[in-house]
Amino acid sequence: MSDVLKRPKRKNPVLRSRAPTLPPLTRSRVAHGLTAAAARGAFALQVCAECGTVQYPPREACRQCLSTRLPWRDQDGHGQLLSATVLRHAQELFFRERVPWRLGLVQLDVGPTVVTHLHADVMPADLGDAPCRVRVTAALDRAGEAVLVAVPATGTPKLADDPKLRDMTCDVRFRKVLVTDGKSSVGQAVVRAVVEAGADLVWVGAAEPWKKMPGFDALRELRQVTVMTLDLTDSRSVRELAAEIGFKVDILINTADYHRTFGIAARKGVEDAHSEMEVNYFGLLRLAQEFGPVMKARGADGQSSAVAWVNLLSIYALSNFPPHGTYSASKAAALSLSQALRAELKGGGVRVINVFPGPIDDEWNQLLLPPKITPAALAAAIVSTLAGSAEDVYPGDVAQEWLARFTDNPKALERELTQ
Amino acid sequence: MTDILSALVTALGTGAVRIIDLTHTLSPDFPAIVLPPEVGQCRPFRIEEASRYDERGPAWYWNNVSFGEHTGTHFDAPIHWISGRDLPNNATDTLPPAHFIAPACVIDCSAEAERDADFLLTVAHLKAWEAANGTIPAGAWVLMRTDWSKRTDPVAFQNLDETGQHTPGPDPACVRFLVDERNVIGFGTETIGTDAGQAAHFTPPYPCHSYMHGAGRYGLQCLANLDLLPPTGALLIAAPLKIQQGSGSPLRVLALVPAA
Repeated sequence: MSDVLKRPKRKNPVLRSRAPTLPPLTRSRVAHGLTAAAARGAFALQVCAECGTVQYPPREACRQCLSTRLPWRDQDGHGQLLSATVLRHAQELFFRERVPWRLGLVQLDVGPTVVTHLHADVMPADLGDAPCRVRVTAALDRAGEAVLVAVPATGTPKLADDPKLRDMTCDVRFRKVLVTDGKSSVGQAVVRAVVEAGADLVWVGAAEPWKKMPGFDALRELRQVTVMTLDLTDSRSVRELAAEIGFKVDILINTADYHRTFGIAARKGVEDAHSEMEVNYFGLLRLAQEFGPVMKARGADGQSSAVAWVNLLSIYALSNFPPHGTYSASKAAALSLSQALRAELKGGGVRVINVFPGPIDDEWNQLLLPPKITPAALAAAIVSTLAGSAEDVYPGDVAQEWLARFTDNPKALERELTQ
Repeated sequence: MTDILSALVTALGTGAVRIIDLTHTLSPDFPAIVLPPEVGQCRPFRIEEASRYDERGPAWYWNNVSFGEHTGTHFDAPIHWISGRDLPNNATDTLPPAHFIAPACVIDCSAEAERDADFLLTVAHLKAWEAANGTIPAGAWVLMRTDWSKRTDPVAFQNLDETGQHTPGPDPACVRFLVDERNVIGFGTETIGTDAGQAAHFTPPYPCHSYMHGAGRYGLQCLANLDLLPPTGALLIAAPLKIQQGSGSPLRVLALVPAA
């Protein structure tokens, strides 16, 4: 069994904080097919449309028939572990700091043989002379690149249960989390979910303290929770909070969201759209400027280093939902900025996770018909994404359906949404 | 005429006349009026650095600011309310400058407001004040002192609960009396509105806005330091920004007060 994770000791202030290092991050363009699937938590391989050959490593043409029609198809990853080895020396700084490191050779049931990282729950004793059954999954490593990990074929092993592979996750347990807006129904649900998942400390941002929101005061009763003044529309407020706690935040979850339900002609003027941009776009920019650099610098700060930045976006960021047209635009702006943030935080190994829910079951979507994702389900999706290794998550039926339609034909989705 | 101004300068120099600042600092923390989220909102005061002796401007420091017209210590022009929309010279750019300097009568309601956050100023209170201080002169500001400005905690300043805001203000008859019987230039408060927190439920709703602005009179809100003013004898300088067709503006409100 994996080691049980223990509460990390407090930092020794005498020692230099480790500088973050990254695993090798060079990939060919075609290999990013693996990244694209891993980003949403899936393992995919090229499957030849002509002859059906499944191939790995990714190539520009089919190794069997030379066809270039090689769509990526999700795989269940089942296979035989043929051999295992332990890496004891490495030139790469990232692995040099982490050896010994276990690697395996797995023959997938669909054909190819792949080199994988080995989860601690795939025990050396299982290896013996006979091959053992494993399941190969794809994960994003600390550089944000796809790697393969073999886990036991049965049960629900978690990456975070392996002390070394935990690096590929942003597991909440024992970590210090900032939830930027704890007053909304989603914010409250996220606070409760991260407390439930074992966060050590949860700072809960609250703007406009004179506006009391039902349920909010009950959060103060949670032992892990500290309520902090934070207004994303106020640069000074963001700066002051970053000065106070920025060097301790391991996971930042930006739940702040300003949502009005207008298209273009339905509302005079730009004030509502301005407020949406002020929170959803400029709010993210302010957070990124104040919290980003210090989190990036803390990417290797012991067991509880800075690991993740979560943005609550919307499926409307992919394609504009005209009845909520200005809101969609603000979320598209935030999506674009989050890509820049992802690039800037990459050097620290801090993962930027974008969450794209469909309509949330809250007051601003009152007039939309179900299905609508509940705040609790959305919060659960955020926590489970942190426990895994994806960076884009589309929780709920509507988000999944939009994603499928968008992936298939973005222009068709645009047209369909104008109906 | 020159003598009067020279005398004023001398009096300011000797301290025989003092200047009291009735203005809160414009800061992002200062609470803005709360309205239901689906209606148009007053932008709170915000400030962003343009440069601070740095690569954005090596030798100078300056900011860009943004705010609603009704932010911080601010002035309400008649055009602010629908009742005053058709009056002549009703906006911040067309108001007669002669109205920007006027005497002030200060009604001390601090004890009542401390006992009851929903305290309402009535005609009876005004008449009692007049019995002690003389009739409110035409063209004067009437300022309602509640010591609300001493509530530095914004939660206590807003004083909201599930039924809305609980802050003191005038009752409808009081406003009518000030407009019709005393011909005041305007009404000023320490709270976020010239009207009481619960004034949406009065008849008419928001009587101080409705009657005052309907009669071409003004409002001053979020005033501070009213406890430093005498009941009569202070001269108010309250000139809003000259915003084209503006409904009001933040401003610096100064009171000239004779030394006691």
